[in-house]
Amino acid sequence: MKVGIVYAGVGGQGVLTASSIVGKAALLSGLNVVMSEVHGMAQRGGIVVTEMKIGREVKSPLLGSGEADIVVGFEPVEAYRILHKAHPGSYVVVNTEPIIPTTVSIQGERYPEVKEIIEKMKDLKVISLEATELARQAGDAIATNIVMLGALAKIPVFPIKKETLIEALKSTINPRYHQMNLKAFELGYNASSL
Amino acid sequence: MKYENILLDESGRREFLLGNEAIVRGAIEAGVDFASTYPGTPSSEIGNVLFYIAKKAGMYFEFSTNEKVALEVSAAAAASGLRSMVFFKHVGLNVAADAFMSTAYVGTNGGFVIISADDPSMHSSQNEQDNRYYALISGMPMIEPSDAQEMKDFLKEAFEISERHKLPVLFRTTTRVNHVRGIVEYGEIKRKNRKGYFKKDPSKYVILPSSARRMHRELLEKLKKVEEEVNSSPLNRIEGESSEIGVITSGVAYNYIHDAVKELGLKVKILKLGFTHPFPRNLVKDFIESVKKVIIVEELEPYLEKETRLVAQMNGIDVEIYGKLNGYFPRVYEYHPDVVKEALEKILDIKIERNAYFSAPIELPSRPPVLCPGCPHRATYYAAMMALKQLKIKDAIITTDIGCYTLGIQKPYEMADYLLCMGSSIGTAVGFSKATKQKVIGFVGDSTFFHASIPGLIDAYHNKADLVYVVLDNRTTAMTGHQPHPGLPMNGMGEKSPYVDIEKLVRGIGIDFVKTVDPYNVKETIKVFKEAIQHEGIAVIISQRECALLWDARRRKQGEWWIYQINQDKCTQCSLCSDWLACAAIFKRAEKDGKVRIYINDALCDGCGVCASICPFNAIEKKVIK
Repeated sequence: MKVGIVYAGVGGQGVLTASSIVGKAALLSGLNVVMSEVHGMAQRGGIVVTEMKIGREVKSPLLGSGEADIVVGFEPVEAYRILHKAHPGSYVVVNTEPIIPTTVSIQGERYPEVKEIIEKMKDLKVISLEATELARQAGDAIATNIVMLGALAKIPVFPIKKETLIEALKSTINPRYHQMNLKAFELGYNASSL
Repeated sequence: MKYENILLDESGRREFLLGNEAIVRGAIEAGVDFASTYPGTPSSEIGNVLFYIAKKAGMYFEFSTNEKVALEVSAAAAASGLRSMVFFKHVGLNVAADAFMSTAYVGTNGGFVIISADDPSMHSSQNEQDNRYYALISGMPMIEPSDAQEMKDFLKEAFEISERHKLPVLFRTTTRVNHVRGIVEYGEIKRKNRKGYFKKDPSKYVILPSSARRMHRELLEKLKKVEEEVNSSPLNRIEGESSEIGVITSGVAYNYIHDAVKELGLKVKILKLGFTHPFPRNLVKDFIESVKKVIIVEELEPYLEKETRLVAQMNGIDVEIYGKLNGYFPRVYEYHPDVVKEALEKILDIKIERNAYFSAPIELPSRPPVLCPGCPHRATYYAAMMALKQLKIKDAIITTDIGCYTLGIQKPYEMADYLLCMGSSIGTAVGFSKATKQKVIGFVGDSTFFHASIPGLIDAYHNKADLVYVVLDNRTTAMTGHQPHPGLPMNGMGEKSPYVDIEKLVRGIGIDFVKTVDPYNVKETIKVFKEAIQHEGIAVIISQRECALLWDARRRKQGEWWIYQINQDKCTQCSLCSDWLACAAIFKRAEKDGKVRIYINDALCDGCGVCASICPFNAIEKKVIK
């Protein structure tokens, strides 16, 4: 068994936290895992990508093209930008709420219609959800990343049990926010069309 | 993970650790007594973890003013018999290079490990120099780990090697080892409560020309001894079997070739080198004699390759060597699985199936890194930009420095015209002010100011330069993850400590025009900028406001949160907030009626209120969330 997962979003969306929770859950499940993170300049507003391999004997911290079995896109444009890591049978979990970069207002670049983005990836196994809106329902838009984890947990090739993922979540997040995040997780899980 | 878990005395425990966290665990297991650093990506998290646990571990740790000071501090501790380590990013070793070169001559008493975190692909650096060459010019032994587990295990070995040979050891890591998480199994903690004692011996520790001549010979003799063990070191190992194809590799590159060989089921033998200087010539000689083709897989410079070719030439070994020098591998940027697969296709004349998805083309907007919502630097740059506009100055030269604020280069601010390295904002500002008649404004962060700007500012004063120098004082070393610096009342041990007042320091030099402003007060800041620009001689502005991320974290913890929203009834779409303040939380969207409206993203807004303060129509309103 070998599963490649790539997580892409915008700085501030909690991409690192979410992928770390999955890594921790892999450890709890007795699986081997390697994960590559981005640190440094521009903590919020820039592109954030983490790459992960789960499986016996895997060592490479980066995925080659076609090696991502699952793409977790926290933002529609960033999900689309990273699709070269996917293969024709990949699952894509995508948040449909855009974060419009300043280049749109300052440099006149165009942000495509979200419908157009989702439509163009429909030959992949797409699970699209209004993750940020669901997080607001759970209590705070900041829990968008946990909604995404909920949806991820439902994917058949994802090798970690839902309960284990929740256990890793609880050990990472401040207990004060457990209730909100557990709600966010369930909303994400139930919103998945799978 | 809770940082305290790094201290657990549970041999066999498994944790999901970042490479940099694994280094700290290695230091704990090795019984390191003393550590120092200046923060720099990708090494920074080593310091962040030590900041939390050094006291509990019974270790001394400091954030030094710069890398040179950090190296000197630790060198003295090692000379006093303590196990010491200093760590910084690759270009930090340039700053420390003078002291670094001498420590190789002087040697050490307690184990002394110097960790260099190189940054292939320049994820957050100004160059991608390969610091393995520092081992060659200094004559230090060098260790190269490949993953988080080796970060821990090899660090312990590095201390043993250092103590055995009385030499500092260069521990060379790269971004994809520092910033990779993997499962790390703990070993035993060998805690010795040592107190340093320095046995005086000037002939050994004072590097006068007469002693240095002797020391250089001694260094070469020590290296000969190291060479005897490097060929049989457990850090160098052979994996797999083949009499046809051999691979020589080190560092992170090993992981890519390892996975490719497994995935493709190739029959190759891998010589994985972890102890790479002095070069294990005998080991490599035997290895290349046993195969017909040798593939060298290493990032950046062809160090292993040149040494391997040398071994082949000196021993008359006729073997085909494939590397960078004959064009099979790139010499720039970090490697990844595709780079290694492409090279294997050419070398082995095979076709590797790739199952990549090809997405239909859509024009996607670019998303360059930007200043965070609420960032005080944005308000400062906005004020500087407006002051220059109001004074109708178009060709001011802006020197900048290393920090988040380098992002002021972007539109609409365009506040960056020249940058070399840490602290260069002031030296280059002096040069431009002397070489041209243009207005010169230099920008520097608070931590960088202490690191390398003070000698430049003294130079500016003494040589009568005409310039504006702006210290962007956000009360932390923000870009590397919020470490304290000498301007703050806290040190690396988390203790209350005396701090340096930047305004007093600048006045102490003799500079008269020094003004401290709060950049969130935009009107006042624009006024001070105009005065400073019109002032003849040196004008220093200290733009002081805590980093927004720290402010946000504190309010989140206290359960206080508010944001700003645009009242669409009052907004005239003048675009001052979206196009000129250009906050990352503010965006424009075309509505169904075709009209473009301006909004604030509630998930990104941090409630700084700067946009509300500049809005000419009072259309931006505060909204309390909790």
